Amino acid sequence: MTTPIISFKNFSFQYRAQKRPTLLDINLDILPGERVLIAGPSGSGKSTLGSCINGLIPFSFPGEVTGELTVDGVDAPRAGIFELSAHVGTVLQDPDGQFIGLTVGEDIAFALENACAPQEQMKETVARVAGLVDIESHLESAPHELSGGQKQRVSLAGVMVDQVKVLLFDEPLANLDPAAGRQAIELIDEIQRKTDTTVIIIEHRLEDVLWRSVDRIVLMSEGRIAADMRPDELLSTGLLQAHGIREPLYLTALRYAGVEIAPALRPAGIGTLTLGEAEKEKARAWFQAAPDRAEEAPKPPLLEVKHLSFGYAPEQRTLRDVSFSIGRGEMVAIVGRNGAGKSTLSKLICGFETPESGTMIFDGEDMAGLSIRERASRIGYVMQNPNQMISKTMIYDEVALGIRRRGYTEEQIRERVEQTLRICGLYPFRNWPISALSFGQKKRVTIASVLVMGPQMIILDEPTAGQDFRHYTEIMEFLRGLNAQGVTVVMITHDMHLMLEYTPRALVFSGGTLIADRSAAQVLCDGELVRRAALKETSLFALANRCGVGEPVAFVERFIDADREVRAHGG
Amino acid sequence: MAAKTVLNYLPRRSVVHDLTGTTKLAFFLLFTFAGMLTYDTRVLLGLLLVSLLAFRASRIRVREVRFMLVFMLVFLLMNNFFVFLFNPNQGTEIYGTRHVLLNLPGRFAVTAEELFYLLNITLKYFIALPVAILFISATDPSEFAASLNSIGVSYRVGYSVAIALRYIPDIQRDYHSISQAQQARGVELGKKEPLFTRLKNAAGILLPLILSSLARIDVISNAMELRGFGKNKKRTWYRQRPFARNDYLALVLGALLLALSIVITFYDGNRFYNPFI
Repeated sequence: MTTPIISFKNFSFQYRAQKRPTLLDINLDILPGERVLIAGPSGSGKSTLGSCINGLIPFSFPGEVTGELTVDGVDAPRAGIFELSAHVGTVLQDPDGQFIGLTVGEDIAFALENACAPQEQMKETVARVAGLVDIESHLESAPHELSGGQKQRVSLAGVMVDQVKVLLFDEPLANLDPAAGRQAIELIDEIQRKTDTTVIIIEHRLEDVLWRSVDRIVLMSEGRIAADMRPDELLSTGLLQAHGIREPLYLTALRYAGVEIAPALRPAGIGTLTLGEAEKEKARAWFQAAPDRAEEAPKPPLLEVKHLSFGYAPEQRTLRDVSFSIGRGEMVAIVGRNGAGKSTLSKLICGFETPESGTMIFDGEDMAGLSIRERASRIGYVMQNPNQMISKTMIYDEVALGIRRRGYTEEQIRERVEQTLRICGLYPFRNWPISALSFGQKKRVTIASVLVMGPQMIILDEPTAGQDFRHYTEIMEFLRGLNAQGVTVVMITHDMHLMLEYTPRALVFSGGTLIADRSAAQVLCDGELVRRAALKETSLFALANRCGVGEPVAFVERFIDADREVRAHGG
Repeated sequence: MAAKTVLNYLPRRSVVHDLTGTTKLAFFLLFTFAGMLTYDTRVLLGLLLVSLLAFRASRIRVREVRFMLVFMLVFLLMNNFFVFLFNPNQGTEIYGTRHVLLNLPGRFAVTAEELFYLLNITLKYFIALPVAILFISATDPSEFAASLNSIGVSYRVGYSVAIALRYIPDIQRDYHSISQAQQARGVELGKKEPLFTRLKNAAGILLPLILSSLARIDVISNAMELRGFGKNKKRTWYRQRPFARNDYLALVLGALLLALSIVITFYDGNRFYNPFI
């Protein structure tokens, strides 16, 4: 029997500022060379578990440790963070924030510099490791010249210079577009094979991690280990849904079709999934039993964009001849890789930048002459990070900010603010300080602070980035509710689930041009579009083909409708 | 969007760029010290010549550093004006003669001596300025920390300079997007607003900016510790270059200029060169 490289024994941890322990009585052994996925909703303790392994706990986040934890023979809670860093390499969530050096080469060499390695040796190691993660042609590049995926490669190279035995990835997919996320998982897989390190991935996006196989999934819930099983076994249980983790879409579809998921089907990956004729038949029958889709009547246009062009520099066109129209009451996704022009488009619509050519007509009125503020009472803009929008300490003041100086009496302001707070479900909190709110609630405050100005349309930048399934559902159901009340909702997003589940229509951007304007199901079943927009084909597409369903797009639509039905009935 | 910084590195191939950061910093210190020490106009003119030659050798064009130049000129004019205002007779006191050029009421008569004194002060600035610009614009930011460290500044301090350089563009971008979102909510930052309102509104941007910067610092300090920053008393530098022949030459030149300037200046026991007797 091999000795485990990481071993938790009756381990508990309580942050100094918290009333209750975040980790409770953890017993977990991880063997050398294993690949383990630690899954769990936000607040389940999965990141805390990671911080115990790399030494951030108790050194940077103090608190009380009981029980034992050994990492590669080191008594982790009592060794220093520096000692552990020689055994465990950590790649943090934010690829931009952890980029320390001014260039790629320096960033990779950072740990070597700190260990006083001679320069010759550094150059040699950096070249070797950069080759391993395929970034060697960018050694002189500055961080802003790299994509998110490339930055992550640099971070990985930066921890590999130490010949660590354990690689720990803390939500590696959180800040990447779907295509880069897939590449990240492939890279982790490849590195693991080449170096035979132990790999621990902390992530709640199960389906994306399972693109490559893992040996075990440890499911965390409320500070305890809720399950510790092989993926095929865990996916055959209902434990994931019970703990707020989204199971892979192809499995949800199979369940809807009445297929019993069992380990024998090898459900861990769409690649390994083995379906018998009986299961395929069930899927086809389910598809054919679909109720007819009601054709929606086209909606009258609210925003019409015609031949819009813009560039930050004279020769560089960030947007080229973009034309589309958004109907009143629609819910639309804008997708495409970073730098495709999505954010620039929203800046032009809000008036933060002035287009070079083209017109934008809102509700029959040309917006060219309107100031930023005048546009804001027609179109609200919600930033990705609520902390960047909130400038007051109290909820009431924050929401009232947008309608002050409009000549209302204090009474009128109060009335409008309270009405908006009611719509957003924040009325009970109206006298709370904002700092006491959760991330999702803060998001609502920022949406309220925009809605108070009475816009007919809101544009949201990545409304669900970094959120687990429960919070994602909470935010999106709220937005759907707003939409039902007549607010047109436009979302810039990388989230394929969001597209599939909430927006009937998607605008796809690539290199500054609009390359597609069709249903989300159609976009995600089109290999060429998916590649150009750095998206990822939905696994439902593969499932449809596997089951011999002739029309994959219709199959995906069938799934969306069924899923909607389940959710609407509190499924 | 490319964030433009005021002080920026202008990479190209030149003798000056090829010098190590350490050399440039040391030369800058020696040279500025020489310039600050003396009021001898002949020495100042000599130093100015060296300074201008060095600037020329760097192949950096004047218009590329126009902003810094204009800023310095404005500062200099104000400085001269205030020196004059506080004591219009400083020149007379120093040089011992009084040639009135323009009679103004009170003690504010303009004398040739005062103008000459102001000329000397101006020269000092003009000596230091090109070399300072060279240190900032011709030193690869990657060598900044290493060069500070090599003259004895703690590497933690040196590295905080490097980190600031790394994150300034990000923070500028944050500032930009925060202020746009605030403007959309009717917060005006334009010149039309009264100063007090503008200050108050700017504070509304500052709070989210500080909070998001603090979050950044949190991430970065954890990332640095996880990779062993602060483990040892010393550290090595990936981008530090070894001294070459020109580095030694530049340092010798700097030391010679300092020595020469001290000798000429104090040879006659007076820091001032006096053309009036």
